[in-house]
Amino acid sequence: MSETMTGAEMVVRALQDQGVEHIFGYPGGAVLPIYDALFHQDKVKHVLVRHEQGAVHAAEGYARSSGKVGVVLVTSGPGATNAVTGLTDALMDSIPIVCLTGQVPTHLIGSDAFQEADTVGITRHCTKHNYLVKRIEDLPRIMHEAFYVAANGRPGPVVIDLPKDIQFASGTYARPASNQHKTYRPQVQGDMEKIKAAIALMASAKRPVFYTGGGVVNAGPQAAALLRELVRLTGFPVTSTLMGLGAYPASDPQFLGMLGMHGTYEANLAMHGCDVMINIGARFDDRITGRLDAFSPHSRKIHVDIDPSSINKNVKVDIGIVGDCAHVLEDMVRLWRSTAPQVDKVALKGWWDNIAGWRGRKCLAYRKSSDVIKPQYAIERLYELTKDREVYVTTEVGQHQMWAAQFFKFEEPNRWMTSGGLGTMGYGLPAAIGAQLAHPNALVVDIAGEASILMNMQEMSTALQYRLPVKVFILNNEYMGMVRQWQELLHGGRYSESYSHSLPDFVKLAEAYGGVGIRCDKPDVLDDAIREMIDTPRPVIFDCVVDKAENCFPMIPSGKAHNEMILGDAAEDIGSVIDAKGKMLV
Amino acid sequence: MQHVQPPFAGPPMKSHYSDAPAAEPIARHTLAVIVDNEPGVLARIAGLFSGRGYNIESLTVSETEHEKHLSRITIVTTGTAHVIEQIKAQLSRLVPVHRVDDLTVNGDAIERELVLVKVVGKGEARVEAMRLAQAFGARTVDATLSSFIFELTGTSDETERFISLMTACGLTEVARTGIAAIGRGAESM
Repeated sequence: MSETMTGAEMVVRALQDQGVEHIFGYPGGAVLPIYDALFHQDKVKHVLVRHEQGAVHAAEGYARSSGKVGVVLVTSGPGATNAVTGLTDALMDSIPIVCLTGQVPTHLIGSDAFQEADTVGITRHCTKHNYLVKRIEDLPRIMHEAFYVAANGRPGPVVIDLPKDIQFASGTYARPASNQHKTYRPQVQGDMEKIKAAIALMASAKRPVFYTGGGVVNAGPQAAALLRELVRLTGFPVTSTLMGLGAYPASDPQFLGMLGMHGTYEANLAMHGCDVMINIGARFDDRITGRLDAFSPHSRKIHVDIDPSSINKNVKVDIGIVGDCAHVLEDMVRLWRSTAPQVDKVALKGWWDNIAGWRGRKCLAYRKSSDVIKPQYAIERLYELTKDREVYVTTEVGQHQMWAAQFFKFEEPNRWMTSGGLGTMGYGLPAAIGAQLAHPNALVVDIAGEASILMNMQEMSTALQYRLPVKVFILNNEYMGMVRQWQELLHGGRYSESYSHSLPDFVKLAEAYGGVGIRCDKPDVLDDAIREMIDTPRPVIFDCVVDKAENCFPMIPSGKAHNEMILGDAAEDIGSVIDAKGKMLV
Repeated sequence: MQHVQPPFAGPPMKSHYSDAPAAEPIARHTLAVIVDNEPGVLARIAGLFSGRGYNIESLTVSETEHEKHLSRITIVTTGTAHVIEQIKAQLSRLVPVHRVDDLTVNGDAIERELVLVKVVGKGEARVEAMRLAQAFGARTVDATLSSFIFELTGTSDETERFISLMTACGLTEVARTGIAAIGRGAESM
């Protein structure tokens, strides 16, 4: 059924037809007609953020915790340019976002009009796709197509730039029979011959390892369930990237922990020493591989990815399977069951013995203290005191992010939201707001650093306005800790501009926003303080004053291989498991 | 700030990133790309090349199927085998791209370029320009008492040779279309 309406009304109707319940935005001159259309209905609820970057991160948190497409509405010019960091973040981490931007009227485009920016030009490189709507006839199709493009294939952000005259123009709206783009059809089903070859290779493995990533999370809960099934069927060890945490339960004995630059010793040495690597939905990022020419030198590699350009991009693989993780995992589980391969049990036992040796190194060990809170201890306690709840964790970027990834154990997918690819400081608080909106009764914690949190601090107002009881758990070491750590390792301890001068009083700051502030600087009262935070049904800023000098270990130094990790000084020294060259570095 | 540990004592590290890979042989490939002829599609393709650091030696574009609004873009690029594979994969995943064909891999394709050459001069140079143009099979598309404009279609080698010879005969201006290419035989894209 078709109806006549204005462009602005079409935008809102299309959102309703897509089942959108929440959008994150900030009004301005070039989107006023859409805000007016929003005013006349109550199906789509608008969340007013305090900065457009916050709108996109909030939509990301909403999308990642719910599996839905996140929607953003911002004005032209500065509204759009402020959204760029969020869009780039969503592109790097493959998060489905539809971002509606206002634009000056079509006849003024190119005239340097007030609040004009070349939004499609600026966002071309930081979106999966973008549109400038120049004719009202195209608007219904583009609105629905954008949701299809954002969510299908490798997910990503899509921008629709809406000139103000198009919002006022009258046209005919009919919901298209299908959202589909007329030609864009990403391949979801894997090539069966390659999957068979992969199963054969896995069956012959003596030292196998699963290396899983965000693609498993993006492929939906059934992909995580299938991964668990396959890992248990095969009995192989499994490690995960930062993005993939939770797809496989962290408490499971087959899980080696996170791999990569700050990954566990056992995960990285398993990657280095394996003979068959099964990459499911990860992309051989440089934080994962370390030195490329020394990356897992003796393995044959299987790579499952929905994006053909990820295969052979950084690392040459033996079997590249283009497809959706859930579809390919389903085929793999079925094939493994039906062929019931005879695995080399003796070799696998030996491989697990090796892994047990590496685990014995206790690479995450740290020196405990009774008078200063160690940041690792703070995360461990936060995990212990929240693990029986429905908890969603977001982070900012830096040392606290790596400690959270190392010490917080995720058992389910979609519970962990962090800026992986772009590494955007200021991500965590708005993302927590989005996650809390999607899960009103859950506990949502932004594990933050005192430097990162100040980048999008203003979103505390959003949390208060919508009564979203997010918890900001700041590991306050008065440093941009990761910058300081690198300056220590690379630049002779010259801590150029990495000290957090003139910090606000975070307790008073929380109160100024109308929230609750808690400070804790003693390990013996930390548990009580954390419980108080959990029990407070309002937004809380928790200023956890931690050891200023703590570094994040283990660590693969830049330009080094997985077997050249540096461990913290509290790790067990059982030197025999690494060669002489590696030992020099440990 | 005394509360910070002493500097790391291990071997020095240079940077946050791994080193550049060793040099590998570079090859020249001609790609045919079928795209939706929508606004910004050329910017999207060209931006992909600049954004990811790929080379463009030649790029031609024109709508080839008007009813379907399809354009054909012919790109000549250079890179290592790995880079060429990446270029094709990156192009393929753009939403408005329908198809990418590597004409170089598929066998030697017909590649042609059109050049327009303006030669100004009198006397012997002018006669020589005319003679060379005839030898190359170039058409004379404009003539005055002191100038010629020649049109030549050929492979890039031929057009290059023609231009360099004309330089000695008073060449003042050159316009080139870039390469259009199509695979040999009955099979079509």
